[in-house]
Amino acid sequence: MKVRAQIGKVLNLDKCIGCHTCSVTCKNVWTSREGLEYAWFNNVETKPGVGYPKDWENQDRWNGGWERLRNGSIQPRMGGKWRLLAKVFANPDLPEIDDYYEPFTFDYGHLQQAGESKAFPTARPRSLISGERMEKIESGPNWEEILGGEFSKRSADYNFEGVEKEIYGQFENTFMMYLPRLCEHCLNPTCVAACPAGSIYKREEDGIVLIDQEKCRGWRMCVSGCPYKKIYYNWKTGKSEKCIFCYPRIEAGQPTVCSETCVGRIRYLGVMLYDADRIEEAASTERVTDLYQAQLDIFLDPNDPAVIAQARKDGIPDAWIEAAKHSPVWKMAMEWKVAFPLHPEYRTLPMVWYVPPLSPISAAASAGRIATNNGMPDVRSLRIPMKYLANLLTAGDEEPISACLERMLAMRAYMRAKTVGGVIEEGIAASVDLTGSQIEEMYQVMAIANYEDRFVVPAGHREDAEDIYDERGGCGFSFGNGCSGGSTDTNLFGAPARKRLQTPTEVF
Amino acid sequence: MADYIHHLLFGIYPYVALAVLVVGSVIRYDREPYSWRAGSSQLLRRKQLMIGSVLFHVGVLLIFAGHLVGLLTPIALFDALGVSHGAKQLLAMSAGGVAGVMAIIGATLLIHRRFFDPRVRAASSFSDNMIILLLWVQLALGLTTIPLSAQHLDGHEMVKFMQWAQGIFTFRSGASDAILDVALVFKLHLALGLTILLLFPFTRLVHMLSAPVRYIWRPGYQIVRSRKLAA
Repeated sequence: MKVRAQIGKVLNLDKCIGCHTCSVTCKNVWTSREGLEYAWFNNVETKPGVGYPKDWENQDRWNGGWERLRNGSIQPRMGGKWRLLAKVFANPDLPEIDDYYEPFTFDYGHLQQAGESKAFPTARPRSLISGERMEKIESGPNWEEILGGEFSKRSADYNFEGVEKEIYGQFENTFMMYLPRLCEHCLNPTCVAACPAGSIYKREEDGIVLIDQEKCRGWRMCVSGCPYKKIYYNWKTGKSEKCIFCYPRIEAGQPTVCSETCVGRIRYLGVMLYDADRIEEAASTERVTDLYQAQLDIFLDPNDPAVIAQARKDGIPDAWIEAAKHSPVWKMAMEWKVAFPLHPEYRTLPMVWYVPPLSPISAAASAGRIATNNGMPDVRSLRIPMKYLANLLTAGDEEPISACLERMLAMRAYMRAKTVGGVIEEGIAASVDLTGSQIEEMYQVMAIANYEDRFVVPAGHREDAEDIYDERGGCGFSFGNGCSGGSTDTNLFGAPARKRLQTPTEVF
Repeated sequence: MADYIHHLLFGIYPYVALAVLVVGSVIRYDREPYSWRAGSSQLLRRKQLMIGSVLFHVGVLLIFAGHLVGLLTPIALFDALGVSHGAKQLLAMSAGGVAGVMAIIGATLLIHRRFFDPRVRAASSFSDNMIILLLWVQLALGLTTIPLSAQHLDGHEMVKFMQWAQGIFTFRSGASDAILDVALVFKLHLALGLTILLLFPFTRLVHMLSAPVRYIWRPGYQIVRSRKLAA
């Protein structure tokens, strides 16, 4: 057993209102720069839909994630090391920028400078890459917002596999949910495995996966390797970039920007202890539907004295072990089993988990008699098909999803009985294998969701990592080469360099 | 005067070019690691790159290996192995010719893409544009030497270039005299080749030095870094 700690994350989709505050605050802090206009370290998709970049879940097309070989070992789906290296000259698995969207701005200046004319002047779009006029904007970062576009296009959604999807195109039966996505900071990341330069790494202390910008050579294999398409090639600097899990904030014991600013309070951060010796074993599990359980099995109980002893031996600070005991991620993933990994079948063992959403009773069910259980509707009569959620979160296994939804319905029924009826209905709790006090804690963490219940982030031990004295007068966090941005503003002889033609609004 | 320029170009310039190549690359690697990258534009436009880049790179790598082995293998070694100069020249002309044609077709596609695709053009720097044009000219010069070489198939001319290259690397004075009487095309090819070496550290060509071959024998797949200071 080798104990390692990671700051894990859970997103409660039952409460996501799709406001995109997470995406916008993230963009403002990290990616509002030339070369990354098209990149969203955090984005929110409306499901069902093909998502951003388009069709990202279709691994037959992008070859992301891992595949299990006949001998029981795993290798990146892109191929073994030789096969992968053969792709450096031209990578057939790389999306083009149009698969995301061509970044654009508008000719705002024209609104003020246009001469007198019969028609109102308009601000027409321009490409932020070439500066040329775009006749039509073909796509954007959230093109399918609230079921935008035809069902025939959106229904290419991979998660419809095994679902009779035609009826969900009808207005009466339609359903939707939001899916905020960011880097999963996987235990078995394919991006790390696919990087031929060895520039991507997982941090031992907190599990954050980072790209060493000085070591990245822009071979762009990580973009293909990541099945979640959460690594972005910066076309300006020729280096790849990804969500850094706001590590400067995490090190200081603060939540990530997306979590801090989440209006719906759906985001949770907490320490998870896991057995690093069993990562490969778990990722190589034969049946994809067993991968969810395999990942649960390598998480270690922070209350187990043997685990605590080994964790201390492996150098995990006491504050982190203590935080692991109060981790909301542990509670939701392990105790209540209401959180699930996104697409466990990719075999990356992702560490950003999701609570599936409840949904209204479907029209088909309400037309007939609604099957009820303890006064609660049957989870199969909910609008979002169980199979759809299972394809998203458990590689198609519906059983854990229905158990989870039943618990969430039970939480509502129990609390309604308590606050409206004034009775403690232990029977409701028992029907979903929980106790009343567990349900009350669930309610506290998931419904009330106080700041200190959502974010249990112990500060990093910076004194172990660097000589602070050397940092005085430094530039702090910067992009590029320490204090230099990697490019100079002057020409060879010290005079200001001639500026390239810029688009009308230079600042994105 | 002609002799003087000849000596300057092929006796002294090689040392200048090689010195800039080595020192420039070391300084850039050390001071500006953030700028050290392959500079792919595949994300912006896939068209033409898939075929162009593969043809170009495979061709150039073959040519590079051919030049390295052909020019720098000691002449005595070829003699000991019983490889006649004529046979060696024939191999160089045929294999080099095929690789050269591959590379120039690839380079032509890449140039068309770089100069006529609005996205790629906007994202290109002066050095990106310049170096691909220079490489195209160099490939063209290299290919035009083939019909010239076909006029004397005894391999005698090639030996001159080997003597010159090995003379430069072994610091023999008067190395440039070995190629005093070769055809102008050869001289242009050599001078431009040396210039490309000179420009190397200032362009994207530095990505060659980072060819990720170590990936093959990197143990396992995963990389974990600890922030703890080495005690």
